[in-house]
Amino acid sequence: MGLLEAIFLSVIAASTPLLLAAAGELVAERSGVLNLGVEGMMIMGAACGFAGAYLTGSTLIGALFGIAAGAALSLVFAALTLGMAVNQVAAGLALTILGVGLSGLIGAGFVGEKIVPAPALYIPFLTGIPIVGRILFGQDGFVYFSVALVAGIWWFLYRTRAGLILRAVGDSHTSAHALGYPVLKIRLFAVLFGGGCAGLGGAFLPLAYTPFFIPGMTAGRGWIALALVVFSSWRPLRLVGGAYLFGAVTILQLHAQAFGLGIPSQLMSAMPYLATVIVLVLISRARGTAGSAAPASLGMVFVPDR
Amino acid sequence: MQLVLERRAERSTKIAILSPLIAIVLTLVTMAILFAILGKNPIAALNVYFVEPLTDSYSLMEIAVKATPLVMIAIGLSFCYLANVWNIGAEGQFIMGAVCGSWLAVVTNGTGAGPWVLPAMLVMGALGGALWAMIPALCKVKFGANEILTSLMLVYVADLIMDYLVRGPWRDPKGMNFPTTATFDPVANVPVLIEGSRLHAGAIVALIVVMLATVMLGRTIKGFEIRVVGAAPKAARFAGFSSDRLVLFTFAVSGALAGLAGIIEVAGPVGVLQPGISPGYGFTAIIVAFLGRLNPVGILIAGLFLALTFIGGEGAQISMKIPLDLTKVFQGILLFYVLACDSLILYRIRLISPFRKAADGTA
Repeated sequence: MGLLEAIFLSVIAASTPLLLAAAGELVAERSGVLNLGVEGMMIMGAACGFAGAYLTGSTLIGALFGIAAGAALSLVFAALTLGMAVNQVAAGLALTILGVGLSGLIGAGFVGEKIVPAPALYIPFLTGIPIVGRILFGQDGFVYFSVALVAGIWWFLYRTRAGLILRAVGDSHTSAHALGYPVLKIRLFAVLFGGGCAGLGGAFLPLAYTPFFIPGMTAGRGWIALALVVFSSWRPLRLVGGAYLFGAVTILQLHAQAFGLGIPSQLMSAMPYLATVIVLVLISRARGTAGSAAPASLGMVFVPDR
Repeated sequence: MQLVLERRAERSTKIAILSPLIAIVLTLVTMAILFAILGKNPIAALNVYFVEPLTDSYSLMEIAVKATPLVMIAIGLSFCYLANVWNIGAEGQFIMGAVCGSWLAVVTNGTGAGPWVLPAMLVMGALGGALWAMIPALCKVKFGANEILTSLMLVYVADLIMDYLVRGPWRDPKGMNFPTTATFDPVANVPVLIEGSRLHAGAIVALIVVMLATVMLGRTIKGFEIRVVGAAPKAARFAGFSSDRLVLFTFAVSGALAGLAGIIEVAGPVGVLQPGISPGYGFTAIIVAFLGRLNPVGILIAGLFLALTFIGGEGAQISMKIPLDLTKVFQGILLFYVLACDSLILYRIRLISPFRKAADGTA
């Protein structure tokens, strides 16, 4: 395996958790709910996903545990923001704090344990194609799923009636309510979907990326996923490019560290975070007076009048 | 049967006062259940967490030590949150304050510099925190970049800058390769208040900050401006208040206070600059700000309460082998309940039966 091929493979692996979490958050935000708890849901997905896989020996069950954990946390968030009309920013922060604590509690017993990482799914013949073979046809199930997920979300949002209604709810909840759509119920489903995706993205880390669990192993990926949604202008297909760009930054700084170019390793480690700030600035600046691409009701509390 | 929220005709002052207390009681009940799940005696665990630290003078002083940074950071954050500005990177501003102030302690180390060192360090710390906070503030004002994400990303960057300095240029040559600066000279230390304890003069600084914030928010035009911009942005524009200027101002104040808290923590209880100077003060302070209802005196009480959970959590880990992460779980749950109870100030929950709904003819 050549170095270039290895780099491509690791970029894809580094991008996948970002793509999964960001795709779910995109749907939630399109319905008008800003859930800042992605980091908390991801780390819970990582802890529960690892616990599930370790106890059952099955990556698939681990992944399902991760999804369930993320969705369960997002249900708490939904109860507060949709049920109790709590400020979404504050509730999202609370969710992250809670998730980090709970994951440490659950994961404590599993630190130092190892599992068999998710196997790469080889496709006979196609995987054997030189160079692109392993990159396109030698990935684990998570990678294929993440790409299919984004495609599915695109199809749902732009090609189905339900997707149209979801976008309407996000753009003007009062109008959608007046038309008789159940705003809060639709948002509940969107938030749960986002939670499940974040949990799966988190579960990817101990199940496929590194075959063990470390407390705090998400290391801000949830926040980067949130930035990716802004980067994508809330469009699913642009999310793929953004996620792979960030994956590339993460991997290239690792390789640069290995080469030891005389640059402090800390500066290299800071690259993904600095890149996020720079990208946010550039994107926001480019939009400038053209107006924000964000759903118009994003982050606003909705209490149906009766 | 269905539970629905209904807007109150006016905000309930009764709930406004009771809500933090209700939230704390609900949190304690939840914690008791959690303890039981973990197989610990809930009563004994709650006792270790919340009562025992209050029974000896050493723990009481430790609570004051831990509350000092929490209160200072949370006061700054309350300015932001009142103005609807979302600075959640106080942890990074805390670290950069500690780094900038420590620079002076490192360069004057062993030079026999005079007593001007500490005051200068405090100024540097506040400046460092404020400048670090200016990055997300300027990104928001100039380019419209979301301050939540940028301020948080800079926490990781600040952490890495400190890590680089204490492992590289600032590492103590006699420190056996540990990532830490040399121990600060006495002139670079915040004086202790009571000999033999860790209670330091920073606690007094925190009290002064509480008083100044009370005056500023309640008695000055700037305080009024902060409230108006946060509560009614449109009205504020008509009044000629600039929201951009306020973003810069609130970020500068909260950054300076976080930075000051950072350098006081390093020059006080810690005594050196090293990784792990903060057990997440910058994030816990967010909870303190909300639990204290964004009110300076409320924040003082809330800060002491959350400091109690840090000390109680350490005690519970030692005496009952309860994992330290439970303290974070506790803090997260507390914030949830606080937010939910605050909602009841503006709304009431009503039980609606499907039959009555039909009879009323409303949907």
